[in-house]
Amino acid sequence: MLENIDLSLVNWSRAQFALTAIYHWIFVPLTLGLSFIIAMMETLYVRTGKEEWKKITQFWMTLFGVNFAIGVATGIILEFEFGTNWSNYSWFVGDIFGAPLAIEGIMAFFLESTFVAVMFFGWNRVSKRFHLTSTWLVAFGANLSALWILVANAWMQNPVGMHFNPEAARNEMLNFWDVFLSPVAIHKFIHTITSGYVLASVFVIGISAWFILKKRELFLAKRSILIASVFGLISSLMLIYSGDGSTRQLVHVQPMKFAAIEGLYNGQTGAGLVAIGIMATAPGDTNSRNVKDFSYQIEIPNFLSYMAYGKFDAFVPGVNDLVDGNFERNIMPVSDKMDRGRVARETLADLKTARDKGDTAQYALIKAKFNDEDFKNNYFRYFGYGFLNNPDDVIPNVPLSFYSFHIMVILGFYFLFLMILFIYFVFRDNLEKRKFYLRIAVLSVPLAYLASQAGWIVAEMGRQPWVIQDLLPTVAAVSHISTTSVQVTFWMFAVLFTALLIAELSIIFRQIKIGSK
Amino acid sequence: MYRSLLKRIFYFYYDGFTSMTIGKKLWIIILIKLFILFAILKVFFFPDFLKTRFNNDRDRSNYVIEQLSKTR
Repeated sequence: MLENIDLSLVNWSRAQFALTAIYHWIFVPLTLGLSFIIAMMETLYVRTGKEEWKKITQFWMTLFGVNFAIGVATGIILEFEFGTNWSNYSWFVGDIFGAPLAIEGIMAFFLESTFVAVMFFGWNRVSKRFHLTSTWLVAFGANLSALWILVANAWMQNPVGMHFNPEAARNEMLNFWDVFLSPVAIHKFIHTITSGYVLASVFVIGISAWFILKKRELFLAKRSILIASVFGLISSLMLIYSGDGSTRQLVHVQPMKFAAIEGLYNGQTGAGLVAIGIMATAPGDTNSRNVKDFSYQIEIPNFLSYMAYGKFDAFVPGVNDLVDGNFERNIMPVSDKMDRGRVARETLADLKTARDKGDTAQYALIKAKFNDEDFKNNYFRYFGYGFLNNPDDVIPNVPLSFYSFHIMVILGFYFLFLMILFIYFVFRDNLEKRKFYLRIAVLSVPLAYLASQAGWIVAEMGRQPWVIQDLLPTVAAVSHISTTSVQVTFWMFAVLFTALLIAELSIIFRQIKIGSK
Repeated sequence: MYRSLLKRIFYFYYDGFTSMTIGKKLWIIILIKLFILFAILKVFFFPDFLKTRFNNDRDRSNYVIEQLSKTR
């Protein structure tokens, strides 16, 4: 690792980023999904002209407004942190991260901010159709904002379409479309926004179920459940489909994350999928790898191989294969990658020395290396490994990755089942009699948030130690600042965000109690 | 015509803000939050590390190269 970097600084910087991202993600998914649900409700109002639909739309729009107002600008703190705590990273990624974030800023400002005002102030002041158009534009604007952030995040998981400029120590975008349309980015975008749609659907169903249990707002509740459960069902199917696609991508671009989320230490031919499992220290494990085994598991034989490669007898590499290498399977050991990474780092150091000495001939020679395909594919590709001390450093927290992934997947299927169930109840017109299921729906709202957060834990913890896959480890991305200042701002954020969350919950609960006007 | 459009937009927002009920509370929260974020946190706690320490991109890149290429 970087010799003089204090690990507590890295850990506090990570904790602060995680805290900010987790709180930010409490507000975002509801905005993404509820905006479309409201747009659909308002469309029904405009098409039918029935005032009841207007009342329904306005009720959910109020909750949307509270969430939007409290959540707005919470993401900007992540950008502050990039500049202060993660300056090496911010510089290294260059325009690749900057361009999507700039587009996101412009889109968020013009589309959301402008049309949100029409949405809230425009009732009876602009035409019904213009108001409806504004509502749809807010929904599309919010989702397009998410697109750019997720493209940037996907690039960190799978850096493509760029070239490293050694003179500036920055990556430069070679092909926008390679970055924008990378399969990782597409799956990530669809998976993330549909997770927001499912969360919003569960939110609407849960609150509507509470109204039915309280024998209030029955028309609003039943109509809302109908819209949300149909939207939630379609979104759940897309969520599962894109989740499967994302996981298949992992096998190729982040095989260690794949092995971690599946709890697979030793590679297997015809590997089984552990659907449910409890991890425990492996018997006889004495090495630093801290191998976990399953003390209890329900396994679907051969299914992991099929999920990963489309073949029931395919070999799936485990954590040990990926660290120690497996020559039979053409997997390079991490120790070799570390050697190659060190060569790449030393070459960068030599370039700087030549520049400092004014040795133009040597400088040109070394600079040319960074354009050489052999150097790029066999050395610079492993640049980040040059920072590692020990091959085991490439292993993420396996139990955390495994449990987060399985909680997310199990809840994802549970929500699909919940949507089907509520569509059935709506069509049987017996929602009021289903008290048990109505209570379950109310309790499902926090579960939707849990699943959503678990998804990000899989994405971000599962890719450790990398901030940019294979190129830059987290430990090399931090700025040399005082740990105390990061600790102070961590607690400031914790207080600020908790206050915002309490404000959001108290205002939302009060609005729900008031009901539609 | 142009002035009239601007006037209508102004009154659209003015009337919207003045007739808000729950929105007023939300706007107070938003303004306090933005003040804390931009006037306190950004100014006193989150300076741009490279921009505040170096005057130009060349010095910034030199520093980052140094950080990334330090080997044992």
